[in-house]
Amino acid sequence: MIELENVAMSYGGGELLSDISLQLAPGSFHFLTGPSGAGKTTFLKLCYGALMPTAGHVRLFDHDVRNMARDDIALARRRIGVVHQDVRFLDHLPVADNVALPLTVSGRDTLDETVNLRELLAWVGLKARADALPPELSGGERQRAALARAVIMSPDVILADEPTGNIDWEMSQRLLQLLVELNRMGKTIMIATHDLNLIRAAKGQVQARVLRIASRRLQLAGADL
Amino acid sequence: MRRPDFTQVAEFIVGDTQADRMVPPTGITARLTLLSAAAMAFLAVFALALSVATGRMADRWGDELARSSTLRISAPTDQIDAQTQAALRVLEQTPGVASARALTDEEQRALLEPWFGPDLPVETLPIPQLIEVIEDGDGYDAQGLRLRLSAEVPGAVLDDHTRWRQPLVNAANRLRLLGWVSIGLIFGTMAAIITLAANAALAANAQVIAVLRLVGARDSYIAKAFVRRYTLRTLTGAALGVVLGLVAILLLPSAQTAGGFLTGLGFRGAGWLLPLVIPPLAAMVAFIATHLAAARTLKELP
Repeated sequence: MIELENVAMSYGGGELLSDISLQLAPGSFHFLTGPSGAGKTTFLKLCYGALMPTAGHVRLFDHDVRNMARDDIALARRRIGVVHQDVRFLDHLPVADNVALPLTVSGRDTLDETVNLRELLAWVGLKARADALPPELSGGERQRAALARAVIMSPDVILADEPTGNIDWEMSQRLLQLLVELNRMGKTIMIATHDLNLIRAAKGQVQARVLRIASRRLQLAGADL
Repeated sequence: MRRPDFTQVAEFIVGDTQADRMVPPTGITARLTLLSAAAMAFLAVFALALSVATGRMADRWGDELARSSTLRISAPTDQIDAQTQAALRVLEQTPGVASARALTDEEQRALLEPWFGPDLPVETLPIPQLIEVIEDGDGYDAQGLRLRLSAEVPGAVLDDHTRWRQPLVNAANRLRLLGWVSIGLIFGTMAAIITLAANAALAANAQVIAVLRLVGARDSYIAKAFVRRYTLRTLTGAALGVVLGLVAILLLPSAQTAGGFLTGLGFRGAGWLLPLVIPPLAAMVAFIATHLAAARTLKELP
């Protein structure tokens, strides 16, 4: 699905990531951890084509991003759901429209999809907030809305960048629950987080691998977590 | 021949209401674009009227006046009739002269009226007699006619108008050119204004565009929301401007018989349809300008 081969990424002078190789297999569940500033967000951006690697190859669904046109990247993103760190919405549209945005822009905004939309909003517990504007939502509600938007296209891969960044433990648990359920439905999941408790909580429910970015490299973390 | 696909145009005008909602409405830019388009279209109507009117004038001067000339007979009062008759005889025999006619006292008075007032006793004044000469298609030999007149009608002076006609025709042609250049500049300015407005809107909505890109929107989808908005705004504004411009031209005082070219500014007959080209043309300019601006901006985003 997503494949990185000897990837390096540098900003300006310094190299942030180097010699990273990884294959995300279908149905796998990964945590990505590491100190802040280590390059977790950069790593995820490489995975959905928002950044081009300075060296090596990134392949999305067997296509090298370097050879993909802008429209190809757009089409690939419809198969990759992203929960952004600073969840970004269109603030002038209600939550329901924001969650349905991927459907709208891909022209799949049909009537039976609105039924799905209502079910999805109920699933993330935002049914009552469907008509609210994004700025009116609490932190947890925004994170859940972002997750709903990431999964509405039924993507093959879900990349979540600090999805529990600014919400309380109970809410983190619920969000994790949603991601685990999605994984059981066959989705590939990758969660960047520095919340080790979250990783421990997940370990009991799902076969998760923990990746760690340290000194510019990606390592498989031990089972001691 | 391939039939133009009007359904596409119709779809563009009706638009994808969903796509349109993606970009938040912008009050001030919208109104300014509308206003600029209206002002530019208003000016374009006048530039067009100027071009058309001066074109008409140049044609008239180049055509009608080229085929007419004037013979002036200055002679003592008792000889003037005889000399006039002699001159008319000479003109009748000259090859290339279609007709020659002595102006009546009333016509002469009408010609002098703007300078001396209506109550001029023309009969009592030693004013010269004028003869209007109309050439046929081939024209006559002015030099030969002058020689013959000097022999037979000593008081006759032939004026074939070239002396003052040519500069006027030149001036009119130059004015017409100026009109077309103005129209070009007006459309160029309109393109610049719309590009600036579209760039401002694209910059103001960078966040919206980033979100749309993130969820898998294609560039064409994002561009369409902006392009459609600015094209329709320009079309509306230009239509408004053209209507106002036409009303203003209709309200101009109508041309006098002795009218200069200023009062002759306007359209005639089918010429009134000419300004109707301005709104679609403006919309086309807006479409291209916004399209290029959007393509340029989007290319720089991840």
